[in-house]
Formats: sequence, structure tokens, C-alpha cells
Amino acid sequence: MTHPSSAAAPATPSSSADALVLYGQSFQSRLLLGTARYPSPDVLEAAVRRARPAMLTASLRRQTASPGGAAGADNGFWELLRRLDVPVLPNTAGCHSVQEAVATAQMARELFDTPWIKLELIGDDYTLQPDTLNLVDAASQLIRDGFHVLPYCTEDLVLCQRLVDIGCQAVMPWAAPIGTGRGPVNPYALQVLRERLSVPLLVDAGLGLPSHACQVMEWGYDGVLLNTAVALAQDPVAMAGAFADAVQAGRAARHAGAMAAQDSAQPSTPVLGTPFWHHAQSQ
Amino acid sequence: MNVLINDKPYTLAPGARLADALLLIEARPPYATAVNRQFVPRSSHATHELHAGDRIEVIRPVTGG
Repeated sequence: MTHPSSAAAPATPSSSADALVLYGQSFQSRLLLGTARYPSPDVLEAAVRRARPAMLTASLRRQTASPGGAAGADNGFWELLRRLDVPVLPNTAGCHSVQEAVATAQMARELFDTPWIKLELIGDDYTLQPDTLNLVDAASQLIRDGFHVLPYCTEDLVLCQRLVDIGCQAVMPWAAPIGTGRGPVNPYALQVLRERLSVPLLVDAGLGLPSHACQVMEWGYDGVLLNTAVALAQDPVAMAGAFADAVQAGRAARHAGAMAAQDSAQPSTPVLGTPFWHHAQSQ
Repeated sequence: MNVLINDKPYTLAPGARLADALLLIEARPPYATAVNRQFVPRSSHATHELHAGDRIEVIRPVTGG
């Protein structure tokens, strides 16, 4: 399966000519990394420096009053983001209505001073499945308001097409429910989606292993967004590097072009001149 | 008048502005706000008039996926 953005790019995967382009902005990495659930801020910082991601996701929560009375005692995350100097992709995690998602995105834009938004509109709390019936409406409002919307969605082809129709220049289907680490549970649909849509596609959520990331990149996906698989690894820093390498490997394999799978075995070593050929039959 | 700030009850003088609510909870930057699920930009904090029963959200950046 091919699509224009990958088939027409002859550059090597590590070159700047093969940059990930989202809403006209180029990124040298095709890995987007979440910032939650790490053992400590130091481990998070080290993982980011190892992975060198294109963007870091962040979120918004209520300021809570500290025992001393003042709200919003800083946990150092804000300073860490500034120190890392990686573009921030705020999310609307936890929003269950279009109105909540739009207001959260607007607050995020002011807070992080960015037009980027990872649009999460949750339709089911058990699976954290996106609200597919209202996602297009939310994305449409945000696009009209000037946001660069990266919608977290299912692998449903028609939903993704509608998101593109209303102006999303990239979409982010899940591989599996958030935090499960199961890898792509519907490979057929993800591959059909890649075949049918030409906009950048990033797999967001459900990846657990670097091989999962490599697999979707081999299918022609343009990038991956992950968090838990790195944060909950026994060595998050090493796993961050492993995912970064896997994304590059998958991209390189996509460019290289895989052989066609065969139904029967074909010897890779030449048969002609095989020692003892026919000896067994002549005895 | 009574309002809710991040789901906790507070009392403000009639005619209070959003900036008064932020002062009351000693909000520290960086933060952003919404009132009744509508975003209120920083430039309007001093002028946005609050009403009894308003639900005010004051949010901060946190880690996320």
C-alpha cells in the first residue's frame, strides 16, 4: 500500500528532506512523546533527551490550593518544558463534550502560547474511546478558530475522511485503547486507512513495544505518539531510545520497499552444485 | 454572592470581577481561566463581571499523554 506522501519521497529517512510536515511545519523526528506517568521529572527529562521527539504532549488541570493558601504551587513541570525547548502539543484529555473540548483548547492556547492541540473527546470512560459522533464538530470549531488540530480518533475510515474534509491536515487513529500497550488490534483497518488517505497519519495510543511502532511505520504511517510504553518501562530512558530507533527503522523499511510475501519456501542459497546432490537416491 | 472556583465554594462581593476571584485564591501564573465552560482570556480578567452561581475554572499545565 502506498500513499503520496511516502511514495513520492526518495530521500533517506534521516535527511531533512524526509521531515514530518504537519500544518506546514517541519519536524525532524517522527516520534511524539507524552510526559505523564514517569517515575520522576529527572527520568522524564532524560527520556526526552534520548528520544529527541518532534513534540511533547502536555495537559491542563485545576490549580489546587496548597496548605499555605496559595493556588498552583508549581511542580517544576513548566520549567522543565521551557528547559527542554521541544514544541508542546497540549491535549484536551478528559473532555466529554464539544464545549468542554473547545474551552480547554482555548485555555491551552493561551497557556502554552501555541496553536497546536491534540483533540481528545472521550465517548466511553472504560475504553477511553473517542466520541466519534461529536469529534468532527469539535474539530471543525477549532479549525475555524485557527487551531492546528491533531484529532485522536478511531481507525474508522469514514470518520477520518470527515476530519480531513473539515480541514484537519493530519489525523491520529488509535492502535488500541490508551495505556493498554496491546499494539495494533485492527491491522487491516489501519492499513486500509493508510491506503485511502493521503494526509499525514500518526498512530496515537495503544502501542506497547518498539516493534509496534516499527510495524505501523512500515505500513506507511507518518509518525507515532506514545507515552505509557516509555514511562512505565523498567528503564524509560532506554525504552525512549528504542522507540526512536524503531520509528526510524520502520520509516527506512517503508522507503526501501519490502519484498512480496511468498506462499512456499524458496532457497536463498543457490541449489546448483549442492554437494552430495542425488547421493541419497543412488544408494 | 457565592461562586464556585474549581468546584469549591467562595464568597465574593456583588459586582466582583474575575480578577478578584483569582486574587482570592492567590492564583499563581501560569494559569488560564474559564467561566461557565467559556474561556475567558487573560486580557479580560480585570473586566469580566461575575454573577452568583458562576462556575470558575482556573487551570495549570500538567504532564499528559
